[in-house]
Amino acid sequence: MIKQFDETQLKNRMNSRVRNNRIWKFIFFLSTLFGLFVLAILMIRVVMDGISFLHMDFLTGRLSTDPDRAGIMGALLGTVWVVLVVIPVTLIVGVGTAIYLELYAKRGKFKSFIETNISNLAGVPSIVYGLLGLTVFVRMMDFGNVVLAGGLTLSLLVLPILIVSAQEALRAVPGHLAEASYGMGATKWQTIRRVILPAALPSILTGSILSLSRAIGETAPLTVLGIPALLIPFPEGLFDTFTALPMQIYYWTLDSSLVAEYANLAGATIIVLLALLFLLNSVAIFIRNKFQHRY
Amino acid sequence: MGVIANKMGLQVNPTAKESIAKKINTQKNNIVYDTKELNLWYGHTHALKNINLEIHEKEVTAIIGPSGCGKSTYIKTLNRMVELVPGVRTTGSISYKGNNILGKTMKVEDLRTKVGMVFQKPNPFPKSIYENIAYGPKIHGIRNKKLLDQIVERSLRGAYIWDELKDRLNENAFGLSGGQQQRLCIARALAIQPDVILMDEPTSALDPKSTLKIEELVQELKKDYSIIMVTHNMQQAARISDRTAFFLNGEVVEFDNTNKIFSNPSDKRTEDYISGRFG
Repeated sequence: MIKQFDETQLKNRMNSRVRNNRIWKFIFFLSTLFGLFVLAILMIRVVMDGISFLHMDFLTGRLSTDPDRAGIMGALLGTVWVVLVVIPVTLIVGVGTAIYLELYAKRGKFKSFIETNISNLAGVPSIVYGLLGLTVFVRMMDFGNVVLAGGLTLSLLVLPILIVSAQEALRAVPGHLAEASYGMGATKWQTIRRVILPAALPSILTGSILSLSRAIGETAPLTVLGIPALLIPFPEGLFDTFTALPMQIYYWTLDSSLVAEYANLAGATIIVLLALLFLLNSVAIFIRNKFQHRY
Repeated sequence: MGVIANKMGLQVNPTAKESIAKKINTQKNNIVYDTKELNLWYGHTHALKNINLEIHEKEVTAIIGPSGCGKSTYIKTLNRMVELVPGVRTTGSISYKGNNILGKTMKVEDLRTKVGMVFQKPNPFPKSIYENIAYGPKIHGIRNKKLLDQIVERSLRGAYIWDELKDRLNENAFGLSGGQQQRLCIARALAIQPDVILMDEPTSALDPKSTLKIEELVQELKKDYSIIMVTHNMQQAARISDRTAFFLNGEVVEFDNTNKIFSNPSDKRTEDYISGRFG
């Protein structure tokens, strides 16, 4: 056989190819490091500012203008109440929409029109949702700036994300499972309920938890709704006024020019909020690993 | 023969019963599916062209042909699974025991309860072996645990896999080998107590040993069920089928007794295909 390659040239090229690979690997590693580095600085700053103020009384105490007596129980409860609104609303409406679009709607202009709009809504700035909530829930429906109004506004904000991720979860269920069900005379609803939804549920839950953590961290829409961070009673129902963790952080940061310790309080609150988000994300990862099916 | 008349709910005296049964037998005897001038399009692609086929009861009918000849499309039309593909259009008629299944009055759920299907790739649900078999009866509203137990056992016995699986009913079906999974899928199809079983290349994903087991099973099943099997494997068709239809480019080139097709085909194209000159 005639060799079409020159052996020495091949060897030289081999060396440069391997070197190239190493250089690119290093570049990608650096970009990963950059993100981690910035995050580390933030964490260190926040922890240094806040850790000395983070104690049990801070978690269970009421809000106060005196930095040494101030606590975030009200904001924590407010966030929990908002979560209690966001979870059912987004799950029911979001998964329902995803099921309709993915499994019932016929392919066509109507469906692609809706899907395009949902994707676009996912990109709308959150402050615009605040205005929407202010117009519809606070003013038109006359709820005032209560838990329900805040929860519904944040639900609207994360719905597009949840719908898209739920659609992807449903789409990822292998078609041959549904075929097996249809082949035995099951209706579409039976197939969805008994085969498709159970198979897609871990991914749907993961998506919904991730969108929930987005809702918990949002501040802009709440400022537009006029959510206060004042000395208000703890919320006890859907129609009580409330404040939430990110609002508390926002106001304390804003007022830290007046009272220097407010910056520390904001730092302590950020630690609490981050811990909460970290917990939620861990649950999401746990669900994904534990319940994900092999097909 | 009286059984047939009984099934039709006829209250007649024994001799009349006999003669009616005979009449039924000689007229439309044993035809489950009567396909007339069936055409099918996927969008603009004309996938089935003027198909005329009669499929007989309690026989194995093999459908052979090269890839893309429409054999899978045809078998999926028999339980209307083909409609899961968007943009499918059909003309003509397929009568199943006298009812046009392409007509508006036919409920697909009803049809698919009488016509079970086994797919190319074994597709058990990510559930236990028991739940896989019980799925069909459950969606048809059977809740009685005892009855479900009986159905599960009978179906697994029917698929000759009961002895292998009876102690593993609560294990996940994914733990089974490919061949076992496919026989489980056959058992699952039996659990809805169909009259017809459609098999779309049921052994193409299996090793020779599992293939042999499925073939033996099919021989047993044809005593009670009408079986229509698409196969890529001509030896398989020759081994286990009673009649064979040869599809080419969306048309039925030849449909006859399997012996005739494989020993003395009337069409040159059939001969070329079965002797391995193309396909």
